[in-house]
Order: sequence, then C-alpha cells, then structure tokens
Amino acid sequence: MGRTMAAGARDVAPIAFAALVIGMSFGILARDAGMGVVAPIVMSLTTFAGSAQMAAATVMQDGGAVAAAVAAAILLNLRYVAIGVSVAPSLRGRRARRLAEAQLATDESWAIAQDRGRVNRERMLGAGLVLLVAWTTGTVAGVLGGSALGDPATYGLDAMFPALFLALLVGQLGDGRARAAALTGALIALLLTPVAPPGVPIIAAAAGALIALKPPKEAAS
Amino acid sequence: MSTTWLIVLTVGVATVALKGLAPVLLGERELPAPVARVNGALAPALLAALVVVQTVGDGASLTIDPRVAGVAAAAVALLLRAPLLAVLVASAGVAAAANALT
Repeated sequence: MGRTMAAGARDVAPIAFAALVIGMSFGILARDAGMGVVAPIVMSLTTFAGSAQMAAATVMQDGGAVAAAVAAAILLNLRYVAIGVSVAPSLRGRRARRLAEAQLATDESWAIAQDRGRVNRERMLGAGLVLLVAWTTGTVAGVLGGSALGDPATYGLDAMFPALFLALLVGQLGDGRARAAALTGALIALLLTPVAPPGVPIIAAAAGALIALKPPKEAAS
Repeated sequence: MSTTWLIVLTVGVATVALKGLAPVLLGERELPAPVARVNGALAPALLAALVVVQTVGDGASLTIDPRVAGVAAAAVALLLRAPLLAVLVASAGVAAAANALT
C-alpha cells in the first residue's frame, strides 16, 4: 500500500466507524424487511451506497413494488454520474480497471480525496477500501442480529456525515468561483428538497458548478 | 428469482454502471479547459448540497433535528481550526447530547 493510499485509509477512519454503525442499521432494516441474510450483504458489496440501500429496503418493508424500490435507489445514486466525471481524469489503465476503481468512489472517499480541484486516486482508493470493509462488516453484523447498538442517532453518528462534508467543503472554498458554486449548489438542494424526490436535489445541485464555465479573470484577455 | 434478488441485482448493476460511466467512456483523456473548470467546481457544489440534505433533509421534506446542532458544533470547531477528527467528534457529541435532551 502506497503512502498516499495509507493516508487516505487513516484519514477516513472516524467516518469508517460511523459507516460501520450505519451499515449495521441497514442490516437490521434489511432483515426486518425480509431480505434474508445473503442478499443485504451482496447489496452492500455491490451497491455500496448507504442512502440508496436504505431507500430500497424501506420500500420493500412497506410492501412497495419492485420498480418503486429500484427507482428510489437509482434516483439517489444518479449523483455518481457527476462524481464519476470528477473522478475520471484521475484514474489510469484499461477500461476494466477504471470501472473497478471507480466503484471505490463514495461521497466520503471522493470528498476526502479532493486535492486542488482534482481527485487524488490513491487517497480515494485507500479511503474507499476502508469504507467498503466497514460498511460490509456492519451489514453482516446487522443481519446476523446485532441490534444491541440501537439507533445511530442516539450517538449523533448521523451528524458525522454532514460534518465531514462541511469540513471538506471549507477546504475547497479557495476562490470566488468555488464559493459561488457551493452557494448555488446549497440553494438548489435547499429549494428542491421539499418538492423533488430524494436524490434529485443533489444531482440538480451539480448545476452550481456551471458557474465555472466562465474563464477566470486573470485568463481573460 | 425472488423479488429481493431482483432488486439487489438491478440496483447493484445500475450503481456499478452509474459510477463507471464517465471513467470508462472518457478514458485517460484530459478534459477541455472549460469542462475541467466545471469539473473542479463540482466538488464544492456537490459537497454543499450534501451538507444541506444530510443536515436538514428528511426524505422529501426539511426538518430541524439534533443533526443541526451537531453540524453547528462542527462549524464552530472548523472556525477554531480544529483537526478533522475533533470536528467529527464534536458533531457526534453535540448531536447525541441534543438527541438526549429532546
């Protein structure tokens, strides 16, 4: 493991702890929704996205249609197209390898790997691997009956994710365009959340980045 | 195939495809300058949206709950230039306390 990869793995540790506990609550929810033991674990390994998995399990628990569960999960994961665009220039090698490495991009590993407007591939892979292990381990514990921990909100763990994103955002606000993009993205998300299906506000907020289409003042001639 | 497996496999394949779409199609090509600038601004735009949705979002509605106190504590810790671990511990601690009080 390279030094940068190890640094990514180390820096994501507190978030991995939160992912472990939330993974556990997904496992418990999935078990209650009648998903069995193996399917939720396979889902954590392949989908590897908390909000989408929670949404699918919730629809199943409520007895919703297959199409409703799939649509809810896919809407929530549409933001990964934008994250994929952001990650793409940093990945190397053949298509199969790029496809495999892109799977380790999560909100958290992608955010923690931001480095001067680019994604640091090794940091993202290190953080992503640790999160995958934590998330899947939590899911296994949850489906096998670990309900002793109770609700993650009791420990404030649900506040750790937005706190992480805020901390990483603060490090990104170096220039005026980044601040304008952040402000626009936040406003779009705030305005759309009450009126659009979950998942749509975040992907729509990507439009805030279009502010950067305009060349910087220094470069304008 | 059971309903569960149909959902798990469909969502799994779709997510792999969504994540891999750009990395596979764009290859190692460097993006043209305007696109690269937009790309660089994606992080602040998406991170700000994630902060909003995960702090006050609750499905398709807005809500004020202990997470707001936790994120406010994180903001204070960031203003004091605390390290990331301290910021995260502050957010969880304050949110847990607010949760216990409500």
